[in-house]
Amino acid sequence: MSTQRIVVVGAGMVAHRFVTTLLERDGAGRFEVEVYGEEDYAPYDRVALTSYFQGTSAEGLLLGEPSLWEDPRVTLHRGVRVESIDREARTVATSDGGEAGYDHLVLATGSYAWAPPVPGVDLPGVFMYRTVDDVARLREWVETRQRFFNRPVRGAVIGGGLLGLEAAGALQSLGATSTVVEFAPRLMALQVDESGGEALKRLIEKLGVTVRTGVATSEVRADRDGNAGTLVFADGGEQLVDVVVFATGIRPRDNLGRDAGLVIGERGGIVVDDTSLTADPAISAIGECAAAAADGHLSVGLIAPGNTMADVAVDRLLGGDAVYMGADTATKLKLLGVDVASFGDAFATTPGALEVVYSDPFSGAYKKLVMTDDASTLLGGMFVGDASAYATLRPMIGATLPGDPSAWILPEGAVERPDLELPDAATVCSCNNVTAGAIRDAVNHDGCHDLGAVKSCTKAGTACGSCLPLVKKIMGAELEKAGLEVSNALCEHFAMSRAQLFSAIQVADLRTFSDVLERFGTGRGCDICKPTVGSILASLHNEHVLGGDRAALQDTNDRVMANMQKDGTYSVVPRIPGGEITPAKLMVIAQVAEDFGLYTKITGGQRIDLFGARLEQLPQIWKRLVDAGMESGHAYGKSLRTVKSCVGSTWCRYGVQDSASMSIALELRYRGLRSPHKIKLGVSGCARECAEARGKDVGLIATERGWNVYVGGNGGFTPAHADLLVADASDEEAFRVIDRYLMLYIRTADRLQRTAAWQAEYEGGLDEIRRVVVEDSLGICAELDAHMAHHLDTYEDEWKAVLDDPERLRQFTSFVNAPDQADPSLAYVEQRGQRRPATPAERESGAVLIAPARLEVHS
Amino acid sequence: MSATVTPASSVAGPSLAGPSTATVVCDYDRLTPELGVAALVGGEQVALFRLADGSVHAVQNLDPFSGAHVISRGITGDRAGVPTVASPLYKQVFSLIDGACLVTMDKEPVEGHAAHLRVFLVTVEHGKVLVAAA
Repeated sequence: MSTQRIVVVGAGMVAHRFVTTLLERDGAGRFEVEVYGEEDYAPYDRVALTSYFQGTSAEGLLLGEPSLWEDPRVTLHRGVRVESIDREARTVATSDGGEAGYDHLVLATGSYAWAPPVPGVDLPGVFMYRTVDDVARLREWVETRQRFFNRPVRGAVIGGGLLGLEAAGALQSLGATSTVVEFAPRLMALQVDESGGEALKRLIEKLGVTVRTGVATSEVRADRDGNAGTLVFADGGEQLVDVVVFATGIRPRDNLGRDAGLVIGERGGIVVDDTSLTADPAISAIGECAAAAADGHLSVGLIAPGNTMADVAVDRLLGGDAVYMGADTATKLKLLGVDVASFGDAFATTPGALEVVYSDPFSGAYKKLVMTDDASTLLGGMFVGDASAYATLRPMIGATLPGDPSAWILPEGAVERPDLELPDAATVCSCNNVTAGAIRDAVNHDGCHDLGAVKSCTKAGTACGSCLPLVKKIMGAELEKAGLEVSNALCEHFAMSRAQLFSAIQVADLRTFSDVLERFGTGRGCDICKPTVGSILASLHNEHVLGGDRAALQDTNDRVMANMQKDGTYSVVPRIPGGEITPAKLMVIAQVAEDFGLYTKITGGQRIDLFGARLEQLPQIWKRLVDAGMESGHAYGKSLRTVKSCVGSTWCRYGVQDSASMSIALELRYRGLRSPHKIKLGVSGCARECAEARGKDVGLIATERGWNVYVGGNGGFTPAHADLLVADASDEEAFRVIDRYLMLYIRTADRLQRTAAWQAEYEGGLDEIRRVVVEDSLGICAELDAHMAHHLDTYEDEWKAVLDDPERLRQFTSFVNAPDQADPSLAYVEQRGQRRPATPAERESGAVLIAPARLEVHS
Repeated sequence: MSATVTPASSVAGPSLAGPSTATVVCDYDRLTPELGVAALVGGEQVALFRLADGSVHAVQNLDPFSGAHVISRGITGDRAGVPTVASPLYKQVFSLIDGACLVTMDKEPVEGHAAHLRVFLVTVEHGKVLVAAA
């Protein structure tokens, strides 16, 4: 079969979805794809635009894997607009004067921000809120005006919908004041009712945003410099402003289709049927530029339905029979930190529908469920201020809610909530349209028995992640039904999970493994529970890892405080805080490496690794390092490894904060802290992010006003970008919040669970973690702080302590009956001027071996 | 035949008819409970463990799954009551009683090696640990 040429017009989120899905499913290589995007960027996450103000770079917003655009089957034309379509010739004309032929054309041109035609919308200082360039210009304007006036910039947002509130949050995070002006009588008129709008208004005003509803803007008047200066309202009122953002809605960009003679909906949008096809069978339209039959020929401004249309279009191209069933307009948002969610028949338009309403006078939350007239079947709901029940209830639309429906909206714990069994058809992940049935299938038939497997198999929870707690619950229920082990047991000796064991040991105040085993376990222990208990004891008491009966608990790396390599020798890593080192110390390291013949390599964590040290050489090596003022780098421990940093404002012409000093302070603060897995930190001195801090468990990125603290990043097997925990923190604020975050992680994570996975699976996710560590919602912050203070007070260098203790030094002998003899099986060859272990073939030939005896050093 | 003898029985009972090739390796008190050491016995590397119950066990120090001599540096424990040691490199678990590999971690031993460990006869006499050469 010959290759089909697909031309995609637009390079937004829905176009990205279309291209990824097509390439993924087109195993036979039947298609080649040309993508035209007028913006200078590859497809980015428009929904996350506001995070641009919290330090995310334009690159950080990019969608998916950059490798997508290296696929030979796809070509991305950035900064090239499609000007017209010739349906007869099946070609498009492009803004660079070119022409491209197509077998099938996909229109994914999205929508544009619409502003009412009031005088002054084109003044300098008036902005739209739609593209990365929009927000970049807005940011530059606010920062420039701030410097010019030397006072907070006065901002106003016209439009109190989703985008308007996003923009108000953006202005606040730039340090501007903000007023939201809404023409309708309430905020978010599409999502919430009058009471919900009132609740939202109160919650938002508490955050310092002024809200004016039922007010029409009639003019933006210029100040004497010709910039936006005053808002004039229809009722004659006025307000002084320095910056105005219009967020008054979007309109489908349907002009290409309109000019090409395709059918256009009454309120705009290219009309498509339930297979995403337009009136021309060689042209599809997907996303916000389309007006689908299933949506009553109205364009829908949400990402999830756009993704579904893209999937349907791909399926049809591949000969499938998928159908677009219409948008699920259910939404859950966090605006200025306030939860807003609505789903189903939220406005109770079904005849006879009952509304169950709860309004919390203390928290300001407003919650409502819409039920059938017999109060048994759920029709929809609305949440403002607390949307914790949303994920569970949204898939239950049309199903019977057992028990008293008010249990779901009363504060948690007030009335017991019944267990819900979701119907198979219920959508659990709306981003990727995954049903409860698909998750159950993955568990029962595809052998997915942990969250990671279910995620990669079904794609559930891989976009926004908000459904993950629910996915986990469904998976757990299925495993239990199948009689499969859902036990959190650490191993055959302990029936508890690591987190349970942690609190048990803490409460019982135990200090030795034998006590822990006697109290909570059975048998003798093993290589799984021993290091875990060793780590918990170290986290709790910060006593020497080799003290008491603890030496035998540790893996060999911790036991001899070095990293075992494949031939049984070790590597040695002294701590180099922040990667900063004096030439004198560098020379000591060099001399040690030279004297002991150690293979030397710079690590990814900005320090130096010395390989090939034998067990019995470790104390001699460390004696020299400790004497020169160095200490253990804990490269062997499940503990803090390094704090990577750039050079920062002391030398760098772009640096805005002293990242080197900060990283050294952090490394000295958390050195030796034992944790469920290794921890890495990073500190970047400006938004260029040279230290790759967002790939770390905790990453700090400098802002003009302090530090943005990101958490839960990970390189390694499953890379993850860290998410913002707090913005613009001072040094002290950063220390405090990181102290608490790390301690919470240490207390509650599973064995060998990195922060990224812990954070994703934590009940309530990062938002809940933020409530715990910033707002002290559990009332445990004082305890977490005290725990970290204890760590700081009791830190000692493990290696120095061992060198001072003849008893522990005895561990470091090659043979108990021949302590002077080296392991005779070691063999090395030379490579690039250093040695490395010989391969079996090289051992066999025997020709090029360096005898270890030649490297013997007697100190 | 048991590969191990507890010090209590060996001291109190009649002197065991240990093989004539047994090597005195070290004092019993030199061994820390649950912490292995390596020893050279007739030119061969042996991993020696004194467990919390006082028993002493010896197996080959060569880890068949890596080819490195590291078993003495593994973590001791038990699997369903059988005393074990886990390789510090790739975490295979071996019985200290008969050397059987109880957990392979879905890996094969390196070429030329069996998956199990050889077991050496250990006796404790008058406070000394003796290991029989192969």
